[in-house]
Amino acid sequence: MSSENKQERGVHRRTFLKGAALGLAAAALPAADADASLWDAFFQKHFKEMNEAEIRKVLERLEREYEEKYKKRITVSNEKPLPGVLYGYGLDLSRCIGCRRCVYACVDENNQSKDPQIHWITVLRFKKGEKWVDLEESEKYYNPAEVPEKEYFYMPVQCQQCENPPCVRVCPTKATWKDPDGIVVIDYNWCIGCRYCMAACPYGARRFNWAEPNRKPEELNPNTHYLGNRPRYKGVVEKCTFCVQRVRKEPGRYPACVEACPVGARKFGNLLDPDSEIRYLIEHKRVFRLKEDLNTYPKFYYFFAYGV
Amino acid sequence: MNTTKIIVSACAAFCVALFLPCAAISAGSPERDVPKKFLVPPPPFSEGIFPCSQCHEGMPVNRTPRKLEGMHQNIELNHMPGGWCFDCHNANNRNTLRLANGKIVRFEESYNLCGQCHGTILREWKAGLHGKRTGMWNGEKQYRLCVHCHWPHDPRFKPIKPLPPPVKPSDIK
Ligand code: HEC
Ligand code: HEC
Ligand code: HEC
Ligand code: HEC
Repeated sequence: MSSENKQERGVHRRTFLKGAALGLAAAALPAADADASLWDAFFQKHFKEMNEAEIRKVLERLEREYEEKYKKRITVSNEKPLPGVLYGYGLDLSRCIGCRRCVYACVDENNQSKDPQIHWITVLRFKKGEKWVDLEESEKYYNPAEVPEKEYFYMPVQCQQCENPPCVRVCPTKATWKDPDGIVVIDYNWCIGCRYCMAACPYGARRFNWAEPNRKPEELNPNTHYLGNRPRYKGVVEKCTFCVQRVRKEPGRYPACVEACPVGARKFGNLLDPDSEIRYLIEHKRVFRLKEDLNTYPKFYYFFAYGV
Repeated sequence: MNTTKIIVSACAAFCVALFLPCAAISAGSPERDVPKKFLVPPPPFSEGIFPCSQCHEGMPVNRTPRKLEGMHQNIELNHMPGGWCFDCHNANNRNTLRLANGKIVRFEESYNLCGQCHGTILREWKAGLHGKRTGMWNGEKQYRLCVHCHWPHDPRFKPIKPLPPPVKPSDIK
């Protein structure tokens, strides 16, 4: 089998399901002489139905595939949600200066494709003084010599990790779900690329790999999570996971965007811990969430720490 | 992104109660989680300037507010109108800072100096709200000193160059 073929592995399930719909199932099956690992990938169970040993096997298979493809050792882990933890995120709009350091720190940490370009965080710019924030009037391509600019404020948007996520409900293959720690995750091996979730997300937070993701192997972050920043395939959807590969540890690091923010506008912690900084800000500041009327209950809180 | 309105509606702290189990909502005092020690990176001194005693040891102290010409020409006070160097620096030992009450503070703890006049901000800094903490969200955290973000002599946060905007769909060939 050529290496080209191997890269296509990830799309086999998608091709198969599409083919199946047209009654062409057999055409998309792995060839009879395909190696065992291809068949393994093809018949991989749903992630939540696998036992430890089965998951171990999948992770090892992926590590082998990635090593072959990128000529570099990439670990794929599967840290489970921590008990008693519900992650929450806070963003101080009175301090954000729109510098986009978070956007690129996220790309580096989470192995987004460089070309075609995929960003999990979009920073929107709004004119100050508008009471209702309308996306139509926002600008994401702003590029002045310096930020902040006097007459604007900035609002980064990424996956809001809804408690009641509309994206999860519409997924026909259950390839995306909400874990008990509140993180909405995606299994890229189960995603068939139908993009219903993208249509369902009120925040425009999901991204689609229209082409084979492209990134220099030397730029790949080798510390990955199965449900997070492991290298993706053409035809799958991806989005922010609060850096699941960092935060699901004891102790676990802050998400990359929190660490990259030069003004300290980004806050993160455990909503169930009354001593966390996220609880402090919810209790001491006026917080709001985007599109609250939709009852999605985001765990992403915007606030103004001072002024305005 | 679609064009529907992002509706921003204000919501008081209780909105968290919409999905948290009630038992978890036990508001504590603002100071409850404040650690005693704050891990910070080294103070952001210019190269070669510290220890200050390398020059100031034995040098006469000049308390007259003036434009400095022999040294520190880069320091122009634009902070606390009417203030002068010794509102913060220790005239008797330049390697340290000095509070209004006479207490000596090391540069590693300069936040205590700032906190004299910016008490609310210092409290929020300790809670992780103002400024920034890095490290472990559920473990050891590093704080940034106030002076990592605010040059104490002219403390307004300085504008920076933004990183490039995303590629416009129309730019893709
Ligand atoms: C390379 C030598 C040198 C070093 C190092 C140095 N200073 Fe000075 N400093 C001077 C000189 C010379 C003056 C007098 C300048 C003038 O009068 O124009 C001065 C003046 C000052 C003054 C004004 C009050 C006075 O006594 O004249 C302060 C405050 C001060 N220095 C603080 C510091 C601090 C704090 C440091 C360390 C972080 C430091 N200096 C390090 C040489 C130095
Ligand atoms: C608001 C309090 C405050 C005032 C007023 C003040 N300083 Fe400072 N200064 C500081 C603090 C805090 C630092 C430590 C910065 C750091 O940790 O890098 C500092 C650092 C310095 C340094 C080292 C700078 C470097 O390049 O690393 C010098 C020199 C200095 N001060 C001189 C002066 C002089 C001279 C004046 C009066 C004209 C003055 N300061 C007034 C608080 C003050
Ligand atoms: C003796 C009191 C005093 C101390 C000590 C002090 N400040 Fe201030 N600070 C003020 C006052 C008064 C203002 C508002 C007036 C002004 O902008 O000059 C101010 C303003 C500021 C501002 C807002 C500036 C702006 O233009 O928006 C910042 C930031 C700041 N201080 C940081 C610090 C830091 C950091 C320290 C410690 C190194 C510190 N301050 C120590 C009195 C103080
Ligand atoms: C991670 C960077 C960072 C750190 C650390 C930090 N600040 Fe700030 N601070 C900011 C930014 C950004 C602003 C908003 C921009 C501005 O007004 O300069 C701000 C604003 C302020 C203001 C003006 C607030 C107002 O109401 O206008 C004061 C005063 C201030 N900071 C003091 C402090 C003090 C005191 C500390 C340490 C206890 C500190 N800051 C630590 C980034 C920081």
